[in-house]
Amino acid sequence: MPKVIITDRSGKKSEIEYDSNFTLMETLRDNGYDIEASCGGCCACATCHVYIDEKWTNKLKNMDDDEESMLDQAFDVKNNSRLSCQIDLSEELDGLEIEIAPE
Amino acid sequence: MTEKTDVVIIGAGPVGLFAVFELGLLNIKCHLVDNLDKVGGQCAELYPEKPIYDIPSRPVVTGQELTDELIKQINPFKPKFHLNQQVEKIAKTEYGWIVETNIGTKVEAKCIVVAAGAGSFVPRKPPIEHIENFENKNVFYAIRDKSIFKNKKILIAGGGDSALDWTNELSKDSNVTLIHRRKEFRAAPDSVSKMQELETKEKIKFLKGQIKKISKIQDSRIMLEYENDDEKSNIEVDYLLPFFGLKMELGPIAEWGLNLHENLIKVDTEKFETSTPSIFAIGDINWYPGKLKLILSGFHESALMAQEVFKYCFPDKKNIFRYTTSSKELQKKLGV
Repeated sequence: MPKVIITDRSGKKSEIEYDSNFTLMETLRDNGYDIEASCGGCCACATCHVYIDEKWTNKLKNMDDDEESMLDQAFDVKNNSRLSCQIDLSEELDGLEIEIAPE
Repeated sequence: MTEKTDVVIIGAGPVGLFAVFELGLLNIKCHLVDNLDKVGGQCAELYPEKPIYDIPSRPVVTGQELTDELIKQINPFKPKFHLNQQVEKIAKTEYGWIVETNIGTKVEAKCIVVAAGAGSFVPRKPPIEHIENFENKNVFYAIRDKSIFKNKKILIAGGGDSALDWTNELSKDSNVTLIHRRKEFRAAPDSVSKMQELETKEKIKFLKGQIKKISKIQDSRIMLEYENDDEKSNIEVDYLLPFFGLKMELGPIAEWGLNLHENLIKVDTEKFETSTPSIFAIGDINWYPGKLKLILSGFHESALMAQEVFKYCFPDKKNIFRYTTSSKELQKKLGV
């Protein structure tokens, strides 16, 4: 199964397998990572904020206006910021490296 | 003055609203309290325009449409709403419970139904170290009295409606700077063009960046350090007004002694009653084995909860199960 490499808020790195039918947010949440995702994944809050490793930013589908707008409610937004509910984990993203943004 | 009713419902989201219907059919009167300035909860606040596809018989309905239809459906029962306030304290009385809000509203009821979703909406605070030391002195997340800002230097942070509306409004009598991480704004187009006009006329200033540090300087002013593409700058102001939307937290409910399961209220699946008799919890705020956070589940929970609440409200009466399709009495209550 494809894998995603996650750095959590304490800086700990770990690897989890993913099912390509799910979003990154759903995968993080179901694996017990501390990610609030209060709107449940409809791009209506900014509580599933992650940073994408620079090697991977170009391989993701571009952000739409909705996601870019919602990021206005997040803090410590960087050029590689994304909302994990908007990232579909396709097979091609095997090896994706991400970091969970501070709360 | 203390008002009296049968049930106080905490939270006016879809599940709290539908509870009014189920309770109303059993002649049980309700008051609802919500921290937001409008009814509908998350449906109205977070995703009014977003489609929902899993409401039975509604192939698609937006959060706002669902709210509006629920209001229409419960209207015959004349619920009383206490908006813009949060239930802070509850206390046992001979009658049942007395519920008190942060602005002093007091309602006495036989039962309490917690339908608070993910908790109450509170301002999202920027994670700037020591910002709490400046709150309500130099830093405000909401504006109650705008006169204190007159002729002062103000930094407003954010890119949504609140940030833009207050930038435009306060620019009349104050020296306003707006800071946002980008030059695009998600606020209403009218407010955005007004703000841009003010900037062109040099009535306000715009800064691109994100605030990273806050510190005190003389004369009760504050210094803010902000960053734009790794470049650091400082600005000195009297007040900082951060507007980064709302988030949800359990709030005072956590202090009421109810048994919790990871910040959710434990209930049984027959009556949806909490560990404290005559306090119920329905919708996303409750937990039981197999719980699914669906509006649909909350509707089901409302119907079952109402059956048990009936016993507290009318201990001597027998509750006869009837359908709205066939019962003349229920139809009379609905005004149909």
